[in-house]
Amino acid sequence: MNENNDYNFAFLDEVSKREIRRAIIKAIAIPGYQVPFGSRELPIGRGWGTGGIQITLSIIGPNDVLKVIDQGSDDSVNAVSIKKFVHECTGVEITTDTEKADVIQSRHRIPEEKLTEGQVLVLQVPMPEPLRYVERSELKARKMHADSEYSAAWLLLYEQIMRYGKITMGAAYPVMVDDRYVMSPSPIPRYDTLKLDDADCLYLFGAGREKMIYAVPPHTRVVPLDFEDYKFEIEETEGRACSICGATGVFFDEIFDAESGERYFQCSDSGFCGKNAERNKSNATSNECK
Amino acid sequence: MAYVAVKGGQDAIESSVELLKLSRSDGSAVLEIDAIINRAKQLIDRIMCEAGFYAPEYAAIAFKQSEGSLEEAVFLMRAYRSTLSQTHTSLTIDCKNMRLSRRISSAFKDIPLGQILGASYDYTHRLLNFRLRDEDEGELRSFREQYFSSIGGEEVDMRAERVSDLLKKENLMVAYEPDDTEPMDITKNKLMFPASRSARLQTLFRADTGFVSGVSYAGLRGYGFMAHPTIGELRSGHVEVEIKYILDENESMVLGEIFFTEVESFVSSHKSSEQELDELEIDVGYGLAFGRAETKAIAMSILDCALNYPTPNSPPNDEEFVLLHGEALEMSGFISHLKLPHYVTYQSKLDNIRKTRKANETAEKKG
Amino acid sequence: MQQVMNVNELTVRYGDGCVYCIDSDKSLDKNRCPKCKTVWAVRNVSFSLYHSEVLGVVGESGSGKSTLMKTLYFDREATSGQTFLNAYEDGKTNIFSVSSQQQRAIRNNLLGMVYQNPLLGLLMDFSNGGNIAQKLIAAGHRNVSAMQSRTFELLEHMEISVNRVKEPPKNFSGGMQQRVQISKAIANNPPVLLLDEVTTGLDLSVQAKVLDLIRMVQKKFNISIIVVSHDLAVIRMLSDRTIVMLDGQIVEHGFTDQILEDPQHPFTQTLVHSLI
Repeated sequence: MNENNDYNFAFLDEVSKREIRRAIIKAIAIPGYQVPFGSRELPIGRGWGTGGIQITLSIIGPNDVLKVIDQGSDDSVNAVSIKKFVHECTGVEITTDTEKADVIQSRHRIPEEKLTEGQVLVLQVPMPEPLRYVERSELKARKMHADSEYSAAWLLLYEQIMRYGKITMGAAYPVMVDDRYVMSPSPIPRYDTLKLDDADCLYLFGAGREKMIYAVPPHTRVVPLDFEDYKFEIEETEGRACSICGATGVFFDEIFDAESGERYFQCSDSGFCGKNAERNKSNATSNECK
Repeated sequence: MAYVAVKGGQDAIESSVELLKLSRSDGSAVLEIDAIINRAKQLIDRIMCEAGFYAPEYAAIAFKQSEGSLEEAVFLMRAYRSTLSQTHTSLTIDCKNMRLSRRISSAFKDIPLGQILGASYDYTHRLLNFRLRDEDEGELRSFREQYFSSIGGEEVDMRAERVSDLLKKENLMVAYEPDDTEPMDITKNKLMFPASRSARLQTLFRADTGFVSGVSYAGLRGYGFMAHPTIGELRSGHVEVEIKYILDENESMVLGEIFFTEVESFVSSHKSSEQELDELEIDVGYGLAFGRAETKAIAMSILDCALNYPTPNSPPNDEEFVLLHGEALEMSGFISHLKLPHYVTYQSKLDNIRKTRKANETAEKKG
Repeated sequence: MQQVMNVNELTVRYGDGCVYCIDSDKSLDKNRCPKCKTVWAVRNVSFSLYHSEVLGVVGESGSGKSTLMKTLYFDREATSGQTFLNAYEDGKTNIFSVSSQQQRAIRNNLLGMVYQNPLLGLLMDFSNGGNIAQKLIAAGHRNVSAMQSRTFELLEHMEISVNRVKEPPKNFSGGMQQRVQISKAIANNPPVLLLDEVTTGLDLSVQAKVLDLIRMVQKKFNISIIVVSHDLAVIRMLSDRTIVMLDGQIVEHGFTDQILEDPQHPFTQTLVHSLI
């Protein structure tokens, strides 16, 4: 589309982009607070990452390098589709290498490689409201946020403990941001949740359908909710290693081989896995990836 | 290996897009844009209404491009709409000045100008007309010529006061203060609650026809507080759209006409208070749609009124329920996103299931 | 006796009021302004609540007693007037003048409320235990085992089997739901408990059981209670002193026995005489 003058740079008109950037700045100024914004319709379905895409389109410049992942993978169908769309309407360079990217848009994962100062991770959010399961009214939930009345968020975890003897919240584990707002980190696994705390990079969260933007600026305190006697736990990675690159202690996809009936594991972060496998080959040692 | 298949890839996506074109080109006849606009106007009106974007030609292209999928056509229109800058705001459109094609009232038999039936399927039997299989265009032409000559060439310009204006004169209606606050624009702002009336009406106007009809039907059947409403007036016809003339603020320019259907339904109400002493008054629900979408306009008027009476555990009276779940793009988008891979979240769920199982097994062993 | 709560000139109205009705001497059509139709649900109500007493509020439906309770629990906004709680800043600060965040804290720590409609007080899809724990969590508790033992204790007080702690209240009968609501309301040992028509709509035998439990709780914890009912029988059984409300205003108050034996206001007389 950059070759084709039917559409503006980065698809949206400049006024809309500026409006979205204002919402982003407000979100950065109030960590964890959900800023309502006039979410625009895109050529990509609502619920398919339109919040993240609108953030990406609004902040990206012609010289930026973009990486898009979906569930950790650079070549998952939706990551490919988003990449293609942003590339066509901006002409920006696309990469799969986390270290090379200025802007990384992601769904459900934070990359394995530690993000650094100056990098922005844009996360797509399906359900921004961490209190929704207890309080379905948006009006009431917003009042609860205003009053820091978060008993509903803890109650959800308490119920799980009563029923199953442990906290069974999987992805989208609620966190307390900067001792003020309870926030849904989007459906990233618990394994990734701790990466939000005191990070070097900027995290932006966009919910297109629910029309909210929120942020975790660099070096913000982010703490998962838990109880004195029932602590936050990450997913099990022990005794597992990637069947491609041999990495351990990372977040894995579980693979079933239909023919052999065997179950094995692979890095969920495909960019990291590829790089790691490459390095292993050249070093001819497999200890690197630990 | 399963891995490659589920991750898809560029080639697979391109082939999928190619297959779409293949499907769209089935058969031998070309779907002409002009034919879609003129002969499928109810459909075009529905696309434009749910898209909130009046552009019959674009709607026809969208319809053609999407193989007749309403959901896709609305989507295409909306996405294109987001790239346009808003240069003007029209003056308030008042259906009071409508050039009427149809106008009926179920509340009163005698209304000024009488009941005008206009074009409506209400009075037909829905018998499939097999002669349309091979329709003769020449016969249609001569039918039209004959019709226009019988009425003297021109359609009559009929305009009339609203039925509710007559009741207002008698003080029988719930009195609402005229409210000239700038309407909220739902295309530029997130809908917040409690929603303003302007936001409510815009949302219902663009809402999916099936959703609006279904929820208001639930209200009529008894889910929620809603007496049987009466259609005070249903009118359809052309209304002029004007903007301020750029060179002289006091002058206006007519951009063109839009065909609307407007409904006012009457509901007996008592003002909700903790009081038992109540007078009955007539409250009005407002419905509006592009084209002849009468069911949608009536349903919208019912919901507009229902939302004035919040009732616990009654979806049709709950503004968050009604206004948040009828948005065509949001519902189809979110439902279809379930087709996206959810490996990571599912992995996390599996981990929990295994852990609770394990905990139970250990507990059993101990026990 | 020590005062725990003082309500001063409390007014709650629905509508903006007009020049005519804002002047409180003007007569209203019941509690509605004949000119602007504003409803004065509670009008210039003042009273005190003392330590470990039960104060009854009686009146017909629409008399403003439920609005009074909901306002004291911050579910409704007071139009004017003050309320002081001894447990909050030594009774020196009007609780309606503080931030909504502070009001949440007061609600969570210093007040308990049992609604006539259990849907307002309980999350029907969460467990009984979770419902009770919510009040504890809201007050800042973060230890699951401690909260669980407190929950068991409360259920025992209310004679609910601890085996049913994981069940949701929606599986319970009306009387049982009220018992869960009471457990939740008293979870943090609040100095003041508000009971809004808690037995209305229950079978007589169930009513008697719930009232018994309330009396037991009151004696055991020396809690001060405001109990609202249209039913004088409930008031007679529970309250030490009684306020009679009509059209948003207090028309009579005094010791319950006194009011029952020698009602002064014509409305109270009708009410008492209709009591068998």
